[in-house]
Amino acid sequence: MAQPRVLVLRSPGTNCDLETVYAFERAGAVAERMHVRRVLESPGQLAGYQILCVPGGFSYGDDIAAGRILANQLRHHLFDHLRSFHAEGKLILGICNGFQVLLKSGLLLPVDPGGAIPATLTWNTLGRFEDRWVPLVTAGEKSPFFAGIDTMYLPVAHAEGRFVTRDARVFEQLATAGQLVLRYGARPPQGVELEPRTAYPDNPNGSSGDVAGLCDASGRVCGLMPHPERYIDPTQHPRWTRQPARAAGDGLRVFQNAVSYFA
Amino acid sequence: MLWEIDIHPRSSEDSRAATALIQAAAELGFARGPRVAAATGYLVQGSLDRDQVERIAGELLVDSVVERSVLGQAGEDVLTDPESAGCDPSAEWQVVHVLPKPGVMDPVAQSTLAAIADMNLQADAVRTLRKYWIADLSDDELATLCNKALANDAIEQVVLGPLEFDRLELGSPYQFELQTVPLASLDDDGLRRLSREGQLYLSLVEMQTIQNHFRELGRDPTDAELETIAQTWSEHCSHKTLAGRIAYRGPDGERRFENMLKETIFAATHEIRGQLGDDDWCVSVFADNAGIVRFDEHNNVVFKVETHNHPSALEPYGGANTGVGGVIRDPLGTGMGAKPICNTDVFCFAPPETPVHAVPTGALHPKRVMRGVVSGVRDYGNRMGIPTVNGAIYFDPRYLGNPLVYCGNVGLIPRDKSSKEPQPGDYIVALGGRTGRDGIHGATFSSAELTHESESLSGGAVQIGNAITEKMLLDVVLAARDQGLYHAITDCGAGGFSSAVGEMGEKIGAEVWLDRAPLKYEGLSYTEIWISEAQERMVLAVGPDQWEAFAALSASEGVEATVIGRFVPTGRLQLKYGEDQVADLSMAFLHDGRPPVVRDAVYAPPAAAPLKITAEAAANPTETLTKILGSLNVASKHWVIRQYDHEVQGGSVIKPLVGAQNDGPSDAAVVRPVLSSHRGIAVSCGMNPHYGDFDTYHMACSAVDEAVRNCVAVGADPDRIAILDNFCWGNTDRTETLGSLVRAALACHDLAVALGTPFISGKDSLNNEFRYVDADGQSRSISIPPSLLISALGQIDDVARAVTMDLKEVGNRLYIVGETFEELGGSHFAAVHRLDGGEVPKVDPARAKRTFAKLHAAMTEGLVRSCHDLSEGGLAVALAEMAFAGGLGAAVELTNVPHAALADQHEAAVLLFAESNTRFLCEVAPEHAARFEELLSDVPLGNLGEVTALQDLQVTHDGHPVIVVDLERLKAAWQAPLDWN
Repeated sequence: MAQPRVLVLRSPGTNCDLETVYAFERAGAVAERMHVRRVLESPGQLAGYQILCVPGGFSYGDDIAAGRILANQLRHHLFDHLRSFHAEGKLILGICNGFQVLLKSGLLLPVDPGGAIPATLTWNTLGRFEDRWVPLVTAGEKSPFFAGIDTMYLPVAHAEGRFVTRDARVFEQLATAGQLVLRYGARPPQGVELEPRTAYPDNPNGSSGDVAGLCDASGRVCGLMPHPERYIDPTQHPRWTRQPARAAGDGLRVFQNAVSYFA
Repeated sequence: MLWEIDIHPRSSEDSRAATALIQAAAELGFARGPRVAAATGYLVQGSLDRDQVERIAGELLVDSVVERSVLGQAGEDVLTDPESAGCDPSAEWQVVHVLPKPGVMDPVAQSTLAAIADMNLQADAVRTLRKYWIADLSDDELATLCNKALANDAIEQVVLGPLEFDRLELGSPYQFELQTVPLASLDDDGLRRLSREGQLYLSLVEMQTIQNHFRELGRDPTDAELETIAQTWSEHCSHKTLAGRIAYRGPDGERRFENMLKETIFAATHEIRGQLGDDDWCVSVFADNAGIVRFDEHNNVVFKVETHNHPSALEPYGGANTGVGGVIRDPLGTGMGAKPICNTDVFCFAPPETPVHAVPTGALHPKRVMRGVVSGVRDYGNRMGIPTVNGAIYFDPRYLGNPLVYCGNVGLIPRDKSSKEPQPGDYIVALGGRTGRDGIHGATFSSAELTHESESLSGGAVQIGNAITEKMLLDVVLAARDQGLYHAITDCGAGGFSSAVGEMGEKIGAEVWLDRAPLKYEGLSYTEIWISEAQERMVLAVGPDQWEAFAALSASEGVEATVIGRFVPTGRLQLKYGEDQVADLSMAFLHDGRPPVVRDAVYAPPAAAPLKITAEAAANPTETLTKILGSLNVASKHWVIRQYDHEVQGGSVIKPLVGAQNDGPSDAAVVRPVLSSHRGIAVSCGMNPHYGDFDTYHMACSAVDEAVRNCVAVGADPDRIAILDNFCWGNTDRTETLGSLVRAALACHDLAVALGTPFISGKDSLNNEFRYVDADGQSRSISIPPSLLISALGQIDDVARAVTMDLKEVGNRLYIVGETFEELGGSHFAAVHRLDGGEVPKVDPARAKRTFAKLHAAMTEGLVRSCHDLSEGGLAVALAEMAFAGGLGAAVELTNVPHAALADQHEAAVLLFAESNTRFLCEVAPEHAARFEELLSDVPLGNLGEVTALQDLQVTHDGHPVIVVDLERLKAAWQAPLDWN
């Protein structure tokens, strides 16, 4: 397949859709934005795409909790369609608000028999929204999105990004399974400790185990809080005027990996 | 049935709401801190059984990893039981509920109602609340806490103890009754009283003009007619004072203006455009909702800055929130609609450390104001997905009770979509949010003075925004624009439909069917519908042939579009409610019938007094520098900046914080609005209210110079900078106050023309005073200092040539560009040493133009590694900031600073701390030094020293050390004051 087709899902309050489309296009994909109402009207359309991306923003204002309302729409009305999209070997990516949506919809981690999700993204320890750049390190090779990437430097911009599991056991299982694929900080994680090793501000929200991104058991559904689409052009780096010229930003690799997965 | 679902944090989680309240209590200075538990609650009304309510709690409202829920029917004991809240049952707990007042926007409730419907459950209404369990406070302390920290009476109600109601008030149906106002029989006192008590805020002459108009018609006006005239003639909408006749006397002679703004600010732009001839890059100035200038071969850029001062004084969060929402609708309502690409926000507050007892009744504490304003700007801008890239905060005790909140937005618009024309026969379409009672009398209120009674009198003028509604509106407008589905668009701002329809239909005529406007709840009268300032609405002129497609597009995005009337070629404004006509005004009377405001203005600058530097003030420059860095105006604003998303849309090139640790203060922001292009815009501002105490002419020149030099410092082309003026002044009924404004406007004209920097839009806010009764029963008033904000929009051909202010490399040379004068009047040096008098900084226009051009030429050749403008705190502060931002030292000798003759014996202090205009500090690599000096040969230039590998600042004067200090200490002093939790 030459050019995979990407559906960038839009909803009321989505606001990183245009730059996410641009990032996928720069990586060689054909990307288009679609409102969740169009998908709900005819979910069969999903079949025409290889990659589904839920971009950043404030879906439905993040009212009640970040990503909750869009997550419930996916869970109540599109879950089966998305499971079969996934079962066909396709990719699903959630960035920032998209990560919150995927996690709270049950697409990233399976829902308990009681209907509860074993982990969440909640308020930053600091208790407020912050925009800052953070060092990131990958942990394992579970997810194709991070293939060949060891470290990245990307911005975060969120208020509710602290990754918390229901208990230590859930964390340990996810870590052991290699699903906690992206961590804040410079050093790769060792062991399965949920205590953060990286302090604020490099761990910007107090996430357990410094988790910045995770994937499902297959690795093909992935969510991350940092914004790779905000570091495509070298001039987006906060210190580009201090550094030797670069060809492209770290974030582009994530989108290129998604595209080359279908090469 | 009314259910309540409370969401509590699990015991493993911190309670943010409780922590915030404990902190607020500490700031109120109580003897001992209270114990607090907190929850958020949802009141859900509908025929729902307990199982269904549990489902709503479990699947929608609670995040079981970190939260737990308590639910019951409203009033059930379990909902107020301290043990439900995890409180120690042995203590005595008071339960406090805080609810939005009926009719106040509650976005979360709206979303929750929709999400419940999405679960196939039926709820009729939802309202959110906050609730607290509080122990260890006396009754008095609890009352103070509720009043000063917990709730804002303008929009919220507090219920102590259990909630007593069993249903949510949804409004009751409106019974139509035509209201006329008996005007004909009123004498002058009666007219004055009607103007004041009816919140029309019109002058006696204006009231008499209206009275005569209706006498000629042989009838009394309806309430809707009177309100329409008051809105249209308000200061806020018509700028009648500054665009009126003014007889001015000042040190610069006598002038008679027919239209002061037109003959100063607009005239400057007109002269510049005339000089540019075919190279004119202005597109639309002072005509539309925002100014428009050329950007590239496909697009223009649009810029507007508004103020939202009075609403922010009463309800800081809501006022600032809707200030941002409102200014975004300006570019969106300019031409056929511009895409918002970045925000700039500037605030003025009283010092946050003002003692609680020093805050007069009716005013909020400045720290609470600042927290609320910053949160309001953050939540609106971030949710809209518009990066907030630039701003400033100024502190002065005179902003107590009357803070200033300037909100600005830049938009991008295709060149062929930059103008509009409604057509006769077009439908008048209301798009976006529904109409409610919010913001009634906002336009007339913002033209009046604030008093300690404003809170109760004008509570309805306070609005709460819903950013997501506006984001949805934005998405529809841009899609409809590109599909060509309407002829004209404007924002529904101050004055609501009244202003929007009145302005758009001015040249045609309009008929409006008020009963068709979609309402948030029942019970609004036709007049309330007409003048409501409910947020997130736009008005469009849609051709009958376009309507079907327009309606379908709006519906597909879930945005409400409603035909509420038609533009008809009658030259009249006719309002109907059902079959009844409720207003019939001639457009000519409405727009041209207002009697001209005629004012006298006098200005005499305070007598000049020399500033004598005391031995004590000169003794320790290191200490002085540290103090200035730690003063509120200079100190780091990172606590604010980091709360704003300054990178969404992906075009960020120069961020507000730059340098080795991303924490140095940038002079201006640079953004690429088109991701596939490297052409950029630069956004900056200039303001210095303290200089106005000396001479508003030089204050205005300094503000223009500062805005332009900030832009030039990051690499913007000085021949392509457009500026905006925002005058916030005290009560201009006083001839001296108006005189100080006219003098500033004259300065704006003179310097804009000399620099070739056109004003493209502006806005004024007058009557910024706070009146109150002090403890002794004396009536007092605080007037803000003259506060002129100049905002600049620059352009950069290739952003890869942009320059940041952080030092880059050891061994590079440091040059000062521009001349230093003995200008310490109004300076931070004078402030920290409590010295009065002195010369306020002035601008040499010809030299400023040359300096900007030559420095830009050097930047274009890539000769400048870093550049910082010299402003508050002068050379010393600029040098310190560049050094600690870059994490590199600097060694500098002051004798090489080009300067005029200095009278004061303490030369080093003058050279370090004078705030003379048009100066920069530049870092240049040794191999480029010769070329740099050659390019700047006809500009004052001094080679001061070099960048060092040491982590300190070393300044000598004539070889004698004057400053030796670690960068770490300077940075800590700079970061400490506003490093809030």
